[in-house]
Amino acid sequence: MMQPTRRATLFVTCIVDQMYPEIGEATAVLLQAQGVAVRVPRGLTCCGQMALNAGFRDEAYAVAGRTIEVLRGQGDIVLPSGSCTAMIRHLYHELFHGTPHQQAAEALIGRTYELTEYLVDVLGVQDVGAHYAARATYHDACHGLRYLDLSRQARTLLAHVRGLELVPLPACTECCGFGGLFAVKQAAISGAMLQRKLANITSTSADLLITGDASCMTQIAGGLKRNAAPVQVRHIAEVLVGR
Amino acid sequence: MATQMLPFYDRVEDALQNSTLQHALERNMPRFVALRAQALNKLIDEAALRDQARAIRAKSLARLDELLTRLADTVEARGGHVCWATDGKAAGQYIAELAQRQAVKSIVKSKSMASEEIHLNAQLEAHSLEVIETDLGEYIIQLSGETPSHIIAPAIHMTRQEIGQLFQEKLGMEPTEDIPTMTRTARRVLRQRFVQADMGISGVNFGIAESGGMVLVTNEGNADLTTSVPRIHVAIMGIERVVESLDDLAVMLQVLARSATGQKLSVYTTFLSGPTRPGEPDGPEEFHLILLDNGRSRILGSAYAEALMCIRCGACLNACPVYQSIGGHAYGGVYSGPIGSVISPLLQPDVPDVHQLPYASTLCGACQEACPVRIALPDMLLRLRGDAVQAGKVAPGEQAAMTAWQATMNNPALYRAGGTMASIITRLVGGREGVLKQLPPPLAGWTQHRDFPTFAKQSFSERWAAQHGTDEEPQ
Repeated sequence: MMQPTRRATLFVTCIVDQMYPEIGEATAVLLQAQGVAVRVPRGLTCCGQMALNAGFRDEAYAVAGRTIEVLRGQGDIVLPSGSCTAMIRHLYHELFHGTPHQQAAEALIGRTYELTEYLVDVLGVQDVGAHYAARATYHDACHGLRYLDLSRQARTLLAHVRGLELVPLPACTECCGFGGLFAVKQAAISGAMLQRKLANITSTSADLLITGDASCMTQIAGGLKRNAAPVQVRHIAEVLVGR
Repeated sequence: MATQMLPFYDRVEDALQNSTLQHALERNMPRFVALRAQALNKLIDEAALRDQARAIRAKSLARLDELLTRLADTVEARGGHVCWATDGKAAGQYIAELAQRQAVKSIVKSKSMASEEIHLNAQLEAHSLEVIETDLGEYIIQLSGETPSHIIAPAIHMTRQEIGQLFQEKLGMEPTEDIPTMTRTARRVLRQRFVQADMGISGVNFGIAESGGMVLVTNEGNADLTTSVPRIHVAIMGIERVVESLDDLAVMLQVLARSATGQKLSVYTTFLSGPTRPGEPDGPEEFHLILLDNGRSRILGSAYAEALMCIRCGACLNACPVYQSIGGHAYGGVYSGPIGSVISPLLQPDVPDVHQLPYASTLCGACQEACPVRIALPDMLLRLRGDAVQAGKVAPGEQAAMTAWQATMNNPALYRAGGTMASIITRLVGGREGVLKQLPPPLAGWTQHRDFPTFAKQSFSERWAAQHGTDEEPQ
C-alpha cells in the first residue's frame, strides 16, 4: 500500500452498516489503495433520509443534525451511496436553513462525495486495477444520476475492470421502484416498477447487475431472487475490489 | 367515473389490474418519451432555451398583478369583457348568466384543463345548457362519462377497440377498428355542433399582456372553429398563464410543443384578439376572458409558487414511472402525474385522500428532468409530505415508529443493540437461504413483491472497530 497522501472519512450509511458490511469494507479498501487514509468515526448512524422522505421533518432534522455534528471537522466525507450523498448535498440546504446547524451543514455539503465521484473526479483515477469475470449491466440509481450528475464515473471505472463485459441496460435511468418507504406504502406500484426493471435486466442476458446504491440493490436483488432469475447483484465497490 | 370515488389505494389496485389500461400505457407512454427526446435533441442549445423559458415564467409570476392588469386593460380596450373569477363557482356562474342573458342554447368547447379543474360542464349542464367537447380526446371521454387521464391526451387510457365500441353505442357508427373511420364519424357529428352553437368556450395556452392576445395551441383545428363560428367566445385562463410579450411567447412556444408531443410546433397556433372588428369577415360578436384564480394566488404566496410555472405540457406525466404504471385516473383529480400530485393538494385541499398523492412518487427526479421549465417537483412533493405529517395526516403507528427510529439513530448504543437484534431475528427466520419471504405488517408490502435480505452477522462498524479499534485516529 502506498503512503497515505490524503485522508477521508468513510460514512458507509445505515443500510450498508447493518446489511451489507462487505460494501463498506470494499469502499475502505478502494480508498486505501489510492493512498487515502480512511477513518470511520464511532457512532455514525444515518443521514436521516428515510424520515425526511416520509415527511417526518422533525425526526429527520434531529438525526441529520446529530450526523452533521459527528462529521464536523472530519475532512472529506465519502459515501458508497448516491442517494445518501444527494440527501446531504441537495436536501440539507433546505432542512437546515436558518437553524443552528446551518453553517456546519453548508460546510459538510461542500466536502461530501459519492464513492465513484471521489475516485474519478477528485482523485483522477480511471483504473483501479480490478479483475472481475462477468457479463454485467449497470443500473443508474436515480439520486446520484439526477442530483449529483453521476453516470460517466462508474462507467469509466467499470470499463477498466479486466474480465468484465459491460452490456447496456435498456432504460438504465428509469427508477427501480424502491423510493424508501414508497416500497412498502405503495407496494403495488413499486412492484410494477420493479417488474419493468427486472424485464430489462433479464433482456440483456447479463449474469451480473451492478449499481451504486445498496437500496436499489435490495429492491432489485429481492425481485430477482423472488423470480428465481439467475442474475447476481453487486455494489460497484465490490466489483472494483475484485482481484 | 366510479373508480374515482374509491380511496387512492383501491384506485391504484384497479389501475394495475386493468389489462386494457396497462396495454394502452405500455403502447403509448414510451412513444411520448421518445418523441420529446428527439425533438429536444434537435435544438442547438436545449439547456439554454429551457433556462430562458424558466426565467420567462419566473418573471411572469413575479409581476403577475401588473401583467394581468395590462392584459385585462388591453382586452377591454379591444372591446372584450374581462371577468376576474376568484373560484370555479364564480367562473361557472358568470358563463351561465351570460348564456341566459344571450339566450344561448348550445355550447361547443375546445380543450381546457382550467375548465376541467372547475367542472365547468357539470356547472353549465345544471343550468340546462348543452355543452359539447370538440377536441377528439375530450369528446371521447365526454361520451364515456370520464375525466381526462392525461393533460394533453385525455383519452390515452383507452384503446382503439374501446373507442370503436363507444362510437357504435353513442353515435351509431358501424362496427370498425379503423381510426380514420372513427375520426370521420366524430368530425361529421361535431361539424353539425359547431354550426348550431351560440357560444364557444376555449382555454388559453398563453395570454399576452402587451397585445391582449390569446394564444391557443392545438392539433385538430377545433379551437379555431370554437372561437370563430359561434357568436360568443368565452376564454378561460388560469391567472398564471400570462406572458409579457410576443418575444417571451416565442420562447414558450418553442418548448411547449416539443415537450408535449415532440412537435416543433403544434399544427395550429391560433392568435385571438377579441371580438370581430368592423370590416372583418368572421369571428365572434362578443368576447369574454375569464381570469381564473381558484387557489392560484394562495399558491403564489407559498413555498409552492414554482408549481405555477407549469405550462401543462404533460412531459412530467410521460416521464414518470409511477404514471406509466397506473395512468391518470388513479390520481383521482383532473391533474395527474407529478404536477397533479403537487397542485391537486394545493388547489383542492379538502378532497379526502388528496394528501396521499405526494406519496405516489419515488422522488426519482425524472419529472424535473423532463420539465421544460425545470420545476423542482420532487422537492415540492417532499415538502407536501412534510405538511401532511405536520397536519397529523399519518397512518396509525407511523408517528410512534418514527419516534422510535429517531431515538435509535441518535443513540449509537441503542442503534448497535437494535442492529444485533435485527440480525439475530432475520437470520433465524431467513434460515440457510438467507432471505425473508414474508415480513409482518406494516412491512408486509415489501414481501408481497420481493424477498428481503437478512441483516449481517456483524455490522460494518463492529467489524471495523474489531480490526482498527475505536479510537478516532485515521488508519
